[in-house]
Amino acid sequence: MNELPLKPNDFGTDQEVRWCPGCGDYAILKAMKTVLADIGRSPDEIVFIAGIGCAARFPYYLSTYGFHTIHGRAAAVATGVKLANPDLDVWVVGGDGDFMSIGGNHTLHALRRNVDLNLLLFNNAIYGLTKGQYSPTSPIGTRSPSTPGGSTDQPVNPVRFALGAGAKFVARAADTLQTHLPVVLKRAHENKGASFVEILQNCLVYNDGAFGAINDRSQSHEATVRLEHGSPMIYGKDEDKGLVFDNATGAFEMTLLADLASKDALAIHDETNLVRALALAALEQPDFPVPLGVIYAADAPEFIEARGIAGTKSKWGRTELKALLSPPA
Amino acid sequence: MSETAQAAKRQGADKAPPLVVRFAGDSGDGIQLAGYEFAKSTAEARSDFMTFPDFPAEIRAPTGTLFGVSAFQIQFGADEVLTPGDRADVLIAFNPAALATNLPNLKPGGVLIVDDSHFDARGLKKAKLETNPLEDGSLEGFQLIAVDVVKRTLEALDPLDLGRKRATRAKNFWVLGLVYWMFGRPLEATQDWLKSKFKKAPEVAEANITALKAGNAYGETLEISATPNLTAPRVARRRDNSRIMSGGQAMALGLAAVAALGKRDIVYCSYPITPASTLLHALARLEGGVRIFQAEDEIAAATAAIGASFAGSLGVTASSGPGLSLKTEAIGLAIAVELPLLVIDVQRGGPSTGMPTKPEQSDLTMAIHGRHGEAPCPVLAPATPDDCFAIMIEAARIAIETMSPVIVLSDAYLANAASDWEIPDIDTIPDLLWPEISPEEGDFQPFTRDVLTLARPWAAPGTQGLAHRIGGLEKAQGSGHISYDPANHAEMTRTRAAKISRLADRLPAIELEDGAQDGDILVIGWGSTHGSIAQAVKELNGEGARVSHVHLRHLWPLPRGLEALIRCFPHAVTAELNTGQLSSILRGEYLAPVTCISQVNGQPFHVSDLKAEIRKHLEAPSS
Repeated sequence: MNELPLKPNDFGTDQEVRWCPGCGDYAILKAMKTVLADIGRSPDEIVFIAGIGCAARFPYYLSTYGFHTIHGRAAAVATGVKLANPDLDVWVVGGDGDFMSIGGNHTLHALRRNVDLNLLLFNNAIYGLTKGQYSPTSPIGTRSPSTPGGSTDQPVNPVRFALGAGAKFVARAADTLQTHLPVVLKRAHENKGASFVEILQNCLVYNDGAFGAINDRSQSHEATVRLEHGSPMIYGKDEDKGLVFDNATGAFEMTLLADLASKDALAIHDETNLVRALALAALEQPDFPVPLGVIYAADAPEFIEARGIAGTKSKWGRTELKALLSPPA
Repeated sequence: MSETAQAAKRQGADKAPPLVVRFAGDSGDGIQLAGYEFAKSTAEARSDFMTFPDFPAEIRAPTGTLFGVSAFQIQFGADEVLTPGDRADVLIAFNPAALATNLPNLKPGGVLIVDDSHFDARGLKKAKLETNPLEDGSLEGFQLIAVDVVKRTLEALDPLDLGRKRATRAKNFWVLGLVYWMFGRPLEATQDWLKSKFKKAPEVAEANITALKAGNAYGETLEISATPNLTAPRVARRRDNSRIMSGGQAMALGLAAVAALGKRDIVYCSYPITPASTLLHALARLEGGVRIFQAEDEIAAATAAIGASFAGSLGVTASSGPGLSLKTEAIGLAIAVELPLLVIDVQRGGPSTGMPTKPEQSDLTMAIHGRHGEAPCPVLAPATPDDCFAIMIEAARIAIETMSPVIVLSDAYLANAASDWEIPDIDTIPDLLWPEISPEEGDFQPFTRDVLTLARPWAAPGTQGLAHRIGGLEKAQGSGHISYDPANHAEMTRTRAAKISRLADRLPAIELEDGAQDGDILVIGWGSTHGSIAQAVKELNGEGARVSHVHLRHLWPLPRGLEALIRCFPHAVTAELNTGQLSSILRGEYLAPVTCISQVNGQPFHVSDLKAEIRKHLEAPSS
C-alpha cells in the first residue's frame, strides 16, 4: 500500500486503458487523479460506481474500490453502498445513455433524495460503445446509424433536468479544460449531498466537435462563461462580453461590456439562487455562451444523515432481538 | 342456551374434530380485523389454528358488489391444525354479495349467520341475485341464523349518540360478539385490545366494545331451536411460549434475526407491491438492525441491495412476480460479480398483474432458470408461516457462504396466513459468520476461491489494502481482470455452476415427511402447500392408503438423494399451485416420470381435492 499523501499517478491501475485514442475520457481521468491526490483520502475509502458505456469503464482505471455495474443503475447501486457504509467517498460515473436515458429515473431520485454521491455525467451526446446511435442529449438533426435522416426528438438539457429534479448541487465542466475541471470536481466532492456535474466530453470517433468551441481550449472563452460565486458574469478571450439579467423576461442577455454604462449592470453569479440557476441552464450554444462552473449550490439535509444512519456499527443484537420476539404484552 | 346445556355440549370437546369459521363481507366491513381478533381469541383458548385471509386487490370496492367481497377463514382444533380448512362449519355473511360468493365454501348442514339488513331489491341486484336466497328456499340445507345486524348494532349504540354512519361501523364487532358466544369465548382480551388500540379515540373503543357485548348477549337470547349444533374443540395443546404470527411477520422477524446473529445491520430495499409490501411495513417498524430503503422502482431496489452487499452489508430485496421480472438483470449481475444478495418473491397469480392478492406457485421456473446467460443461484421455499422465520436465516447463511444471490419463494397465502408460532430460542441459534479477510502481500486477487465452497473472498470498500475493481464483464479466474479468453469463460461458467451445485453436499439429507420408502406413491410438494399435502397424506394413510410425502425447502440445487427416493416409488407426483413447474424440472433433471397434481385457481389446495387426486394417481398404471 502506498503511503499518503499520494500523487495523481498513484491512483492509476495496471489495467490497459481501452478508450479510443483522443477520447475526452482520458482528460477526465487525468483531472480525476489530480483531484483524488488533492483530496488526500486513502484509495481504500473511495468507491467508483459506473453503469455501462464508454464512460462506465472509468472505475477499472483507478486504484480505488470500483464497481462496473449494469446499464443505468449506477446511482441506485451507489445509494445502496452509502446505506451500508456512509463513511465511504462515493463517485458515480456514467454517460448520457446511463444518466439521461436508461437510468434517468435513478438520476432523478438520487438527486431529489440528496444522497451524498458525486454524480459525474460524461456527456458526449452520442452512444459510443454501441457504435454511434443518437442519444437523449443529441441535438435535433443528428445523423446516426439509427437516425440516417437526422434525429427529430428534442434533446434533454442535463443541467435543467438536475435542477428540475431538485438537485442541490449542479455544475458543468468540459473535458479539455484541465485547470477548470479539477476545481469543479473538488467543489462537487466538498458538497455533502448529491453533487451533479455534467462534463461535456468529446467523442472523437462518432461525434467529434459536438460541443464546438466549448472544449476547444483556444476558443472556449468565447463559447463559455465561467461562473464564480459573487463575481460578475464576464466572458470572452479579452473579457469584453458579459451577461445581464432581464428581470422583466427572467432571462439572461448577452452584452458587450463597451455598451454598458457601468459594469454594475452585469449579472453577479449567486449559486444559491434557483431562479437564476434555471435561467443559466437555459443558455445553450450557438445563441449563448454555455455556463461552466457551479451553477447551483444550496444547503439541504443529506439522505443518509437525515435517517440517522451513522457509520457501519450496528446497535442491534441478540438482546434487542429477544425483546422483539417476545409476545406483545 | 343455559349454562348446563353449554357444559353438556362441551363434553367430549377434547375429541371434537376441528372447526372452520369463515367471515365474509365488503372489503370495508372490517372482516380481516374481526377474523384476526377471532384468531387471537382462538390462541387464548389454547387451540391450534391456521388462518387464511382471502381478499380482493381493490382497497374499498363499491359496497355490496361481488368483486368487493373480502373473506377470512380459520380452522382450529384439538389436534395439530395444518391448514385453514376446506369448507366452513360456520359462515358469516355480511351482505348478499358475500353470501353469493361464499356459500360454496360452507359445508352442507353448516351454520350460516347472515346479516339480513341488505337483502332488499338494491342489495340483491348488486349481488346479481334474481331472488332473495333468504326466501327462495335455497338455504334450506343449512342452519340459518338471519339477523338484522345493522339494526341491532344501531340499537345497542343508540345511547352513545354517534350517528348512524359511525355506529354502523361497529357491526363487525357485534358479529364477533355473537361468534364468541357460539364458542364460549371470553370477551376481555378483545375489549382490552380495543381500549389500547383506540387510546386516543375512547369513543370508538366504547362503541366497538358495546357492539361486542350486544352481539354476545344476543346469542344468549337465541331460542334453543336456533342454537347451532356445534361442539367447539377445546384442548390445551397450545405451546406456552408462542404467539400468533403470519408468514410475512415471521419473515420480517427472520431478517431482524439475521442482523442480530451477524451483529451487522442489513439493508432491505424494495418497491411497494402486493403482497410483498407487508414485509416492508413490518421491517419499517423495527428500531434497528435493518436499514430500510423504499426505492424508486424494482430495479433500483435490487441494485441498491447489491450495492449494500458490495459495501459489506447484506442486501435484501423483496417483491412479487412482476417485480421479480424487473429484478432479473440485477440478479444476473450479483451472480456475475459473486456478491451475496437475498431476493424474496412473494408469489401471486400471474402472468402480468394477474391476481395480486391470490396465491400461486408459478414463479418457480423463473427463479431457477429465468435469467439470461448461464446464471444459476440457490432457490429456497418456506413450507409454513413458521418456517418463514428460519428460512431467512438459512438463506442469509447460504448467500454469504456461497457469495451468491439466493431466491426465497413465498406466496400470498404464506405471507398472510397466521398460525400459532412457537418463539424460537435465540440462544440455540449460532451466530451468522461473516467471512474475515486480512490484507495480503501484493495485489489482491478477488476471484480466487475457497477450495470447499468455491466462494470468492469478499473485501468491502473501506478494507485497507484490498482496493479492487469488479464488474459485469467476464473476469479472469483469480485476478478478476476483464477477460474475453474463451477457456477462461468456459472455466468461470462451470465454476459458477459448480459453486451452486456443491451447496447440495452441505444441505441436510432429504427426509420423508410422512409415509415409508416402500409406499405406493410419493407426493412431492414445495412451499406453502405443505399443510394441505401433509393433512391429505395423513388422512389417506389413516384410511389405509400407503402414501409418502416429501417436501422440498431447497429447490435449487435439488437435494441429494431426491432422485433415488423418487425411484423407490411406483408413482411420483408433485402437487403444485401451477401447471407443473416442479414436475417438469424433476423430469428434466432425472428423466423420471414425475406427474403433477396441478391447481391454478388462486386458492390453496383443499385437502379433500388433494386426497381425490392422489387416489386417482394411485389407481393409474404404475410407471
